[in-house]
Amino acid sequence: MIINIWLNGRQLTREIEADLLLIDFLRNNGCYSVKRGCETSNCGLCSVLLEDKPVLSCSTLAARADGKHVYTLEGLQPQAEEFGSFMADQGAEQCGFCSPGLVISVLAMEKELNNPSDEEIKEYLSGSLCRCSGYMSQLRAIKLYLDRKGAQEYERN
Amino acid sequence: MSAIDQPVRKKDAMALVTGKPVYTQDIAPKDCLVVKLLGSPHAHALIKEIDIGPALQVPGIECILTYKDVPDSRFTLAGQTYPEPSPYDRLILDQRLRYVGDAVAIVAGENEKAVEEALDLIKVQYEVLQPVLDFRRALDHEVIIHPEENWKSLAPVGADNRRNLCASEEVEYGDVDQVISECEWIIEQTYHTKANQQVMMETFRTFTHLDTFGRLVCVSSTQVPFHVRRILANAIGIPKSQIRVIKPRIGGGFGAKQTAVSEIYPAIVTWKTGKPAMIIYTRRESFTSSSPRHEMEIRVRLGADKEGIIRGIDVYTLSNTGAYGEHGPTTVGLSGHKSIPLYGKVEAFRFGYDVVYTNVMSAGAYRGYGATQGCFAVESAVNELAAKMQMDPVRIREINMVRQGQVMPAYYGEKLNSCALDRCMAKAKAMIGWDDKYPCKDMGNGKIRSVGVAMTMQGSGISGVDTASVSIKVNDDGFYSMSIGATDMGTGCDTSLAQIAAECLDCSVENIIVSGVDTDASPYDTGSYASSTAYVTGNAVVKTCAALRQRIKAEGSAQLGCPVEDIEIDGEKVYRVDTDESISLKDLANGAMCGNSNALSATESFSSPVSPPPFVVGMAEVEIDKETGKVDLIDYVAVVDCGTVINTNLARVQTEGGIAQGIGMALYEDIKYTEKGQMVSNSLMQYKIPSRLDVGTIRVAFESSYEPTGPFGAKSIGEVVINTPSPAIANAVYNGVHVNIRELPITAEKVYMGMHKEK
Ligand code: FES
Ligand code: FES
Repeated sequence: MIINIWLNGRQLTREIEADLLLIDFLRNNGCYSVKRGCETSNCGLCSVLLEDKPVLSCSTLAARADGKHVYTLEGLQPQAEEFGSFMADQGAEQCGFCSPGLVISVLAMEKELNNPSDEEIKEYLSGSLCRCSGYMSQLRAIKLYLDRKGAQEYERN
Repeated sequence: MSAIDQPVRKKDAMALVTGKPVYTQDIAPKDCLVVKLLGSPHAHALIKEIDIGPALQVPGIECILTYKDVPDSRFTLAGQTYPEPSPYDRLILDQRLRYVGDAVAIVAGENEKAVEEALDLIKVQYEVLQPVLDFRRALDHEVIIHPEENWKSLAPVGADNRRNLCASEEVEYGDVDQVISECEWIIEQTYHTKANQQVMMETFRTFTHLDTFGRLVCVSSTQVPFHVRRILANAIGIPKSQIRVIKPRIGGGFGAKQTAVSEIYPAIVTWKTGKPAMIIYTRRESFTSSSPRHEMEIRVRLGADKEGIIRGIDVYTLSNTGAYGEHGPTTVGLSGHKSIPLYGKVEAFRFGYDVVYTNVMSAGAYRGYGATQGCFAVESAVNELAAKMQMDPVRIREINMVRQGQVMPAYYGEKLNSCALDRCMAKAKAMIGWDDKYPCKDMGNGKIRSVGVAMTMQGSGISGVDTASVSIKVNDDGFYSMSIGATDMGTGCDTSLAQIAAECLDCSVENIIVSGVDTDASPYDTGSYASSTAYVTGNAVVKTCAALRQRIKAEGSAQLGCPVEDIEIDGEKVYRVDTDESISLKDLANGAMCGNSNALSATESFSSPVSPPPFVVGMAEVEIDKETGKVDLIDYVAVVDCGTVINTNLARVQTEGGIAQGIGMALYEDIKYTEKGQMVSNSLMQYKIPSRLDVGTIRVAFESSYEPTGPFGAKSIGEVVINTPSPAIANAVYNGVHVNIRELPITAEKVYMGMHKEK
């Protein structure tokens, strides 16, 4: 089948097999930030934005993205750098293999939750597993990042 | 400003958090053959007949290999220094299959679909044999798992394949039976720790191709590139000179990648076909056919006098190495050698072990490497002793713990030159509020909150064995490039070792670029395991920098026309102490690139006769549901003595991460098999690892000692941090509901059963 996808803001037309998963479509099209960590929808490594909502690309058919906008970190470099520098300052990326999926989810969370508590953050991100960090450094990075964004917003108003 | 004890950003941090293509699969050539394995459906079987004819007909299939196509000489996949203690008991493919998932055939083809189809079409007739699945009955079982003539043990580890015995030893110091018989208080208990998966987020993966010279290039997610070179040479039967191993960024290892789990398969495909080939393990394959923690059953007998002074410890460990012996003879040693020496007043001890083969997946290396299992057993026994004596479990440790300056007979007779265990205990106690919370508090809502404690030690590299080499050279404008053979697997050693170099060379960390690891170009290093990197490779960095400074000084003395004794370096310039005349490092470096015959570079190696132990005290606060027995972790405090902290961020995050893994081991991680040897827990659905909702709050602090033999006083940190959660949480459960959990994991069912049995 033929699909049209807006990938990271650019329109792509591709002939695909109907059972092609979105994760494989994305990696085939150069989006190597998208990682696979399981086959059972448990790890969150493969998270991408589909129409601004985070989805697991390992359990989404590429065909479902037909006519839609998909963003991976390749198309969100400034945002990834901004939040990522808070991660880097905490050493919250160790092997970094889980980082892209987490960054996607944090960017989505930021839009969805206003002033989230620690518990809300943990709840929202509970599908993003990390085996290296023990999660505490990620939480520190997220809170500092949200605080700074909040302060910037406040100044602007 | 000093580069040590700083929260320096990891050099690769921004690349990782912005999702750059830096891992094995991201950088593989597009035309790699897809390699997959056919796994045995039986725990123990012989291949009677195998027909690959129809499978070969599938369009796109490039090659299918069976046991008939591979060399008949045995090797080990364990990444250890030659001669490896692990027995040579493997073939790439064997006619005898020893666990469910053991490789029957290798299939390589142009795409995954073709390969999957071919896998389905391979026809195998098996002669199904009786498996040995209970490790308590494996020794001298009538069924022999490795009856083959060419099975070989290279080192004197007490192995005997005819007895299903992978290793065996007993050491005794003093007369332990006599000493314990004189004791007022005696505890004798048996503890059982399960096999655990490392679950690094990047599963095993490797690609291989031939280079311009026809040599085999292997790019792999490995902790041990130099060992992989030897293992591939042994397995395929080609000279080591024909192999080059490269390590890109790694998505976690935790010991799993100290075994060459995936490398041999694409390597033999490339060697036979001349084509690039890649294997990517699915999560399921990573669970079923890899190298998890050794299951151990540990019997502990301890005796204390009426004051609670522990006088004798007797430990016997039975370890299950599974189908193959990778890391079998060595992990088990740590169960005693890293648990007994914590008790500094012991007059006599005995430590014995047997390591047995069974028909489950081979075990391997997992962070902690046997010390974790031993820690659960011995620390739990000490907690039971305290309970029996009605003594505070913190107090019993305070009066028994090993102190700085002591010689440790149970730790190879090493002298303890740096130890802040006492300060770690005091700090942990204050942080968790032990005196207020011990033993427990009834919350009035059907829940009980309670606290528990454990302490632990590890080593810093394998003394007399681990070897690290480092090369540093001066480049244009005076920047340095440092080559290391140690493997950064997310641990950040590319950065922490650069910090050590920057400290030695009085420059900024940015001025040191680091490259590793490519076995053609990097200096030799045994690899990143056994908590060796900061200490062993760190010391090699210090030594190399000292040699390089001498060379720079020599060049300076030539240029400034004075004896080398009068020359000093301050990072920016080389100057004469007598006249202050100087030449900038930049000019010196640039000058060295024109008409110069004195190389401004140095390479040095380091190996240590000792392995100074780091220490951790862990304290857990849990909430137990009296109705169901469910245990929730509320708070975990870990106080660490790793000597001088090199990178404050990385040390903290390593600790938090290790504690989280230890929590998983304590509360739910358990590799389960059916009675036929089929793995049940083969996905993240059944094998749950902690999510961010499960770890409570992990709080970490450092109480540093100064290790005189370490780089700037540093010891290791990578492994020691995983050990305390199991015994500390078990202790908290006891302090809350008076149930001793002696078999991990600590599930609600076990707690519930215990509460209802002991009443
Ligand atoms: S790859 Fe694990 S959830 Fe998608
Ligand atoms: S940093 Fe390695 S899995 Fe999260």
